[in-house]
Amino acid sequence: MIGEKSSLASKNYKLTEEEVKHVARLSNLSLNSQEIKKFQKQLSEVLNYIDFLKKVKTKKVEPTSQVTGLENVFRPDKPGLSLSPEEVLKNAPKKNQNLFMIKAIFKK
Amino acid sequence: MKINQLTISEAQKGLIEKKFSSLELVKSCLEEIKRKNPEINAFITICEEEALSQAQEIEMRISKHKDIKSLFNEYPLLGIPIAVKDNFSTQGIKTTAGSKVLANYIPVYDATVVKKLKEAGAIIIGKTNMDAWAHGSSGENSDFGPTRNPFNKEYVPGGSSSGSAAAVASHMALAATGTDTGGSIRLPASFCGLVGLKPTYGRVSRYGIVAMASSLDAIGHLTKNVADAAKILKITAGQDGFDATMPPANVPDYEKDLKKEIKGLKLGVPKEYFGFGLNKKIREMINKIIVQLDKLGVKVTTVSLPHSQYALATYYIIQPSEVSSNLARYDGIRYGFNRQNFGDEAKRRIMLGTYTLSSGYYEAYYLKAMQVRTLIKKDFEEVFKKVDVLVTPVSPNLPFKIGEKVTNPLEMYLSDIFTVTANLAGIPALALPVGMINNLPVGMQILGPQFGEELLFKVGSKIEEISQNHLTN
Repeated sequence: MIGEKSSLASKNYKLTEEEVKHVARLSNLSLNSQEIKKFQKQLSEVLNYIDFLKKVKTKKVEPTSQVTGLENVFRPDKPGLSLSPEEVLKNAPKKNQNLFMIKAIFKK
Repeated sequence: MKINQLTISEAQKGLIEKKFSSLELVKSCLEEIKRKNPEINAFITICEEEALSQAQEIEMRISKHKDIKSLFNEYPLLGIPIAVKDNFSTQGIKTTAGSKVLANYIPVYDATVVKKLKEAGAIIIGKTNMDAWAHGSSGENSDFGPTRNPFNKEYVPGGSSSGSAAAVASHMALAATGTDTGGSIRLPASFCGLVGLKPTYGRVSRYGIVAMASSLDAIGHLTKNVADAAKILKITAGQDGFDATMPPANVPDYEKDLKKEIKGLKLGVPKEYFGFGLNKKIREMINKIIVQLDKLGVKVTTVSLPHSQYALATYYIIQPSEVSSNLARYDGIRYGFNRQNFGDEAKRRIMLGTYTLSSGYYEAYYLKAMQVRTLIKKDFEEVFKKVDVLVTPVSPNLPFKIGEKVTNPLEMYLSDIFTVTANLAGIPALALPVGMINNLPVGMQILGPQFGEELLFKVGSKIEEISQNHLTN
């Protein structure tokens, strides 16, 4: 049955603080020490819950990534209406002429 | 009855018969917004000026036109005030997706759905509050404060289309748009006593809508009745050339079969959805409806969807994985603010998805979930060989109190346990109100095969009739 308590948390899986920091770094998010502790607990709980998928036998089962079965959707390569450079840059916090301004990536 | 309390069809009749004007209709919605929104917090942006000037323009058009009826045939939503969830791009109108990251973002183009609604004559009355990035089941994850349930302000309206549901339920708009990735239209519809449609994956264009989880996102709407839901889908459905995931399926006249008989129809009751996690009173209420349908000549059978128990876990791998990928684009360079502005729920999902997609875990989590998704989809395909539609509850429980689940994300995720399956299988689902328990609305859900929306509307309007008779008796 859906929603049975028994289907929750099959084993006690716990992310380490280091793992949380590593995932945050991969995600381009910076967390303070309080956040690390909080997310360590919350993410571990969710990982414990999703862990019970391991019980399902999926050998030889094809994965589904597109539910309606569409494959290789093409369209004619014709240029159509598009936004003007002014419109594209309208929301940019920093711009210079027709360019987005960002911090320099390489040092001189 | 005030004119803002009408359904779309009723309002249209009033406009055609000149019982009131479109300007009066817009004004009555705006007055309701001014009166109730400070407490309900259904809107992030109110488009007062734009709506009023659009209504005046429509007045002119109506007064100049000789054959009003043909004008309304051509513009099926002419002069109808509609609220738009704040993750739909609206040209020149701020679009935040409920997040501070986009607090200053003003799109330079309209989402396809917005464009189609405008072309049908609809008036955008405002942009509705929502869980940031559509991540949530209660509306409490909005960076602009929670929305309150109009039936009891201590309670959540359901999410993530929280503001859309609250706006329609409190008559600030006649209908509202929504997005549904795991139940975000159906849960708030159920909690606010409304009809909520999650169409088949790819039935309605996703173009111009802030993406949450791209293989699951469905674009729908919340209305006061089933007929209005059919009317809007007729306008929003169909390919636009900007969303490559839309199959070239014809758009039927969804309003055509609404009143047709349903005698002989085969209805399945999936036993997994009526287990002991379900509130007893909700179960009794839905069972009563099933008994009534049986009396009308519907063939009711109990069926099984054996992989349902794995749906929520599957969803909580696929969805955060796709979220982490979609939210990676927010860098604050081209528009919006930087990543420090993400709220807690977005951070949790980005990290969870990054983890399940990361090297060494991809196969154990993401690939596994995509395989289980196949099994869940096959369950439905098998069952739809035997029955035409399925009925289930929308939520295992009644609306909960504001604050009740905010500190326990997993508990919050469990609210979507009956709704995520439709997104995983890509099938359409219609939530509709069937009664009240403890003065809070209760909804039920009808599920059909892919592109079977017509069938859902037909069964839905019959259930609507049954439950209205219940209420008046």
